[in-house]
Amino acid sequence: IFQMEVQKAKLQAQMNKVNELCWDTCVFKMKDKMDSRTESCISYCVERYIDTSLLIQNRFQQMLSKQMH
Amino acid sequence: MDYSSSSSSQLDSGRREEYIDQVKQQLAVAQAQELLQRMSDKCFKKCVTKPGSSLDNSEQKCIAMCMDRYMDTMNIVARTYSSRLQQEMSRMGS
Repeated sequence: IFQMEVQKAKLQAQMNKVNELCWDTCVFKMKDKMDSRTESCISYCVERYIDTSLLIQNRFQQMLSKQMH
Repeated sequence: MDYSSSSSSQLDSGRREEYIDQVKQQLAVAQAQELLQRMSDKCFKKCVTKPGSSLDNSEQKCIAMCMDRYMDTMNIVARTYSSRLQQEMSRMGS
C-alpha cells in the first residue's frame, strides 16, 4: 500500500510540474472561459512534454551504453 | 486463556487502517496547500502587475478567472496524461 501511495504521489507531482509548465506556455490572458486554441495548446503541450522526456531518457541510455563499449 | 495476543493483533490491524487513513488525509491536505501556493504564484504574476495599496476590482476578477482557468488546465492535463499513459502501457504490452 505504501509503495502505491508513493507512486501516486510521484505521478501527481509530475503532473503538477507539467501543469505549471503548460500554463506558462499556453495561457496568457485571463478570460471567462477556456478557448479552444488554449485547450489544444495545453494538450499538445502535455504530449510533447512526454515525448521530450522519453526522447531524453532513451538518448541518455544510448549514450551510457556507448560509453561502456 | 490468553486473550492478549488475539486482542492485540485486532488492535494492530484497526490501528493500521487508522494510521493509513491519517497519512492519506495529511497527504491530501499537503497537496491542497501546494495547489493553493501554485495558484497564488501564477495568478499573482498574471493579474497583479503593478501592486497598489489594495487589490482593485479588476485584479480581484482577474484572480478569480485565473483560478478557474488554472483548474480547467489541471483537468485537461490530467485527461491528456492519463490517455497518453494508457497508450504507452498498451504499446509496451504488445
